Amino acid sequence: MSTETHTHAEGAKHHGGPLIYTANLFALMFLTVVTVAAASFNFGSANVVIALAIASVKAILVGLFFMHLLWDKPVNAIILIAGFLFLGIFLMFDFLDVTSRNNYLPRNMPNMENATPAPDSMNPLKTPAPRPLDPAPAKAEEHK
Amino acid sequence: MERAVTSGARIGDRPRPKKNYLNETRGFKSWALTVDHKRIGIMYLVGTLCAFLLGGIFALLVRLTLLTPAHKIFGLQVTAETYNRFFTLHGAVMVFLFIIPSIPGSLTNFVLPLMLGAKDVAFPRLNLASFYLWIVGAVMAVSSMIIGAVDTGWTFYTPYSTTTSGTVTLMTAAVFVLGFSSIFTGLNFIATVHKLRAPGMGWFDMPLFVWGMYSTALIQVLATPVLGITLVLLMLERVFQIGIFDSRIGGDPVLFQHFFWFYSHPAVYIMILPGMAIISELIPTFSRKTIFGYRAIAYASVSLALVSFIVWGHHMFVAGQSQLATVVFSALTFLVAIPSGVKVFNWLCTMYQGNISLETPMLYAISFLMLFAIGGLTGIFLGTLSTDVHLTDTYFVVAHFHYVMMGSTVTAFIGGLYYWWPKMTGRMYSEKWGQVSAVIWFIGFNATFLPQFILGSRGMPRRYYNYLDQFQPLHVFSTVGSWIIGLSLFMSAAVLLASLRKPADAPDNPWGGTTLEWQTSSPPITHNFEDQPVLENEPYDYRPKAVTH
Amino acid sequence: MSTTLPDIHSHGGHDEHGEHNPYHQHHFATMEQQFDTSKLGMWLFLVTEILLFGGLFVGFGLMQHRYPQQFIEAHEHLKQNIFGRPFPLYGTINTLVLLISSWTMVMGVNAAQTDQKKKTVRYLVLTILLACVFLGIKYVEYSHKFHDGLLPGIFYAHQSEDLIKGTHGYATFFAFYFMMTGLHGIHVLVGIGLLSWLVMRARRGDFSSAYYTPVDLVGLYWHIVDMIWIYLFPLYYLIS
Repeated sequence: MSTETHTHAEGAKHHGGPLIYTANLFALMFLTVVTVAAASFNFGSANVVIALAIASVKAILVGLFFMHLLWDKPVNAIILIAGFLFLGIFLMFDFLDVTSRNNYLPRNMPNMENATPAPDSMNPLKTPAPRPLDPAPAKAEEHK
Repeated sequence: MERAVTSGARIGDRPRPKKNYLNETRGFKSWALTVDHKRIGIMYLVGTLCAFLLGGIFALLVRLTLLTPAHKIFGLQVTAETYNRFFTLHGAVMVFLFIIPSIPGSLTNFVLPLMLGAKDVAFPRLNLASFYLWIVGAVMAVSSMIIGAVDTGWTFYTPYSTTTSGTVTLMTAAVFVLGFSSIFTGLNFIATVHKLRAPGMGWFDMPLFVWGMYSTALIQVLATPVLGITLVLLMLERVFQIGIFDSRIGGDPVLFQHFFWFYSHPAVYIMILPGMAIISELIPTFSRKTIFGYRAIAYASVSLALVSFIVWGHHMFVAGQSQLATVVFSALTFLVAIPSGVKVFNWLCTMYQGNISLETPMLYAISFLMLFAIGGLTGIFLGTLSTDVHLTDTYFVVAHFHYVMMGSTVTAFIGGLYYWWPKMTGRMYSEKWGQVSAVIWFIGFNATFLPQFILGSRGMPRRYYNYLDQFQPLHVFSTVGSWIIGLSLFMSAAVLLASLRKPADAPDNPWGGTTLEWQTSSPPITHNFEDQPVLENEPYDYRPKAVTH
Repeated sequence: MSTTLPDIHSHGGHDEHGEHNPYHQHHFATMEQQFDTSKLGMWLFLVTEILLFGGLFVGFGLMQHRYPQQFIEAHEHLKQNIFGRPFPLYGTINTLVLLISSWTMVMGVNAAQTDQKKKTVRYLVLTILLACVFLGIKYVEYSHKFHDGLLPGIFYAHQSEDLIKGTHGYATFFAFYFMMTGLHGIHVLVGIGLLSWLVMRARRGDFSSAYYTPVDLVGLYWHIVDMIWIYLFPLYYLIS
């Protein structure tokens, strides 16, 4: 039984509605097809960027329409954006560190025959030759 | 000049209500299943003070071990492994069971809705859930201590924490649970501040205590989940050796430190912001003067919370992160000192030409100003790369963080406890003995930690069991200081508990405060206010006004 | 940011007949204030979920940077052989399934908002079914991995020409794969539980245009679960 008290939005307007939601769904499915298709081409280092860009568009569509952010009070959207912003800060500074390290081994360090060779910072995609893992028991004697 | 009214009704006081939040309902269930923010605040107070006692006992054990090179406490030999456990548990208990939950859970829970003119927090049941999560986390942590104890340091650095024996997994699980308690508390406060302010109270009409706690809550919500995932990854690395943090299996130990400090640096602001929030209340009240620079302090609180997220690498200057990252983090660390400086300046300007009276809470507030100045400035030494290379992992760092965490936050907490004690319990404590305890606190704290700056700058490393003979006199001085701290805390406990034996006849507003919690009875009735208060004044307006009710 | 001044002339939780909305909690002045606050609280919780998962994304990204070759090779094992070429079939189907379930969810919220009880139940049940399909496909994927020994950490047992056991990087990749899809799967499972609770309440007639807060809030949760997968999908299944 409907009452006159609507618990949302001034003026009791219903935002959204089946038409908008269905249109949004088709947009999202279309973008899924696009991103899968794009993955079959190789754009080099732009691969990840393109994939994440399309994913972000999809996420924005979900947020704006399915999650009602377009029609809600702005504070909810600010909360969501803040979350992504701080996540971005975390990622950015960590990448800043990891990509600017100089991983050279000291030239005169003894007993380095069994060590994993450091990644070559001039050729980041070249992987060191694989070697078997040490068996686990080292930890039992090392501490205490 | 004695301004505090200690008992009896004044003209304008409403008649004391017979039923208040303490006696309206009785029995274990009425407390265990309460959703009243005031009762939850009292339960948190008792719980976190027990944790403070436990952490304090570990601290005394640490200092007793360091008293002599023989490392004997009352004839019993303390081994190096045991010493590692002492300082680890001291740190873990103090950080996760006491400092982070205490002010938000106890004082803020009690006072914030009152200050906003609200009946309760936004989500009262979530508030109770928060408290029970704290209990569960505390039980897990104490269990882990009894079963095997942890010796990794409270920072759980890898690869030691992923390979050592000891109940690391259980302790990290406990911290995970405690993290959610913290998140839910912060979530509750943010929603309460946004939505439950009294009519007429805009954002810039709120007390600065609320601004400080709001900023704290922002950090709690945004940073703590990363701690959660860090602990999960640590546990998985320990149990399944997934290869993320241990370099022997392909991981990066510095990555753990990035993950850990991304939370733990903002966490130290979760610790200091509530202390600053309390000081923003104590100083204007006991200077009888409007706060200097209200908006500056409000903005400084929020910016402190936000900027705290971009400086975490200053804990890792010598850990192995890249030089570029090191330089960037150092520069940003100077930035984060600015809002704190603004606040100290504003508090001092508030006191200038104010009508100052030196009741116990004010003595603690003045101690805060001095101890925080030292703590904050020594942080700059540590944020500067060239000096940090020498000072890192020495007692200088230990002294620095004790000056900010203990000399500032705990000082403010005790001051706030005295300040709101009449409101919470309806009793006035013995002012003279409170003042004595404040002076002893200041003396004891400096006696304990000032020598540690010297120890550190002369080369004494932190977390070390053995030390060079030349350091012993300073260690002895510091240990005796810790006993003086213990004396002061014992006195405060005695003063406050003794007040409970008196009848509950404290006035509504013993300090002449201007915030809304002083407009209701001491202790408050269960639903806080008889009628919905409507804000009519600017915040901290001390101009004389006609007393009407 | 504006104050929320409760309008004392509004219904304030009481409808025209003076009856009390049974869901009105008394520390709120009006039902509208209560609903807005509940939503705000839910968004704050969702942001903690984003940061929780986000930490895993950051860890994954950094490990990918550390072992780029190994990660790219390991990615191929998430694809299936379709017409002789590798194609992320399970991943793509799961993505579409979750998107459709997001649609059924929001349609369910809409139905509750407009007093259509039967439709509400129908859409909620559909959402549950789609979630089960998602988990079913996940189960198939996982059992393939178990069979091939592509497991995290010390359980890693795969031996083939491309992924040589003992090289750092592969075990880590699969550790992250299981952690992230596993944590996501747990959230889907919790979502199914919440949706079932909603179905029960909807059939009882709890929801109407006067009170549909739980449906709305669970909907927000479900959309975040979908949003996390939207980012998971390309990073795991579409990199080559």
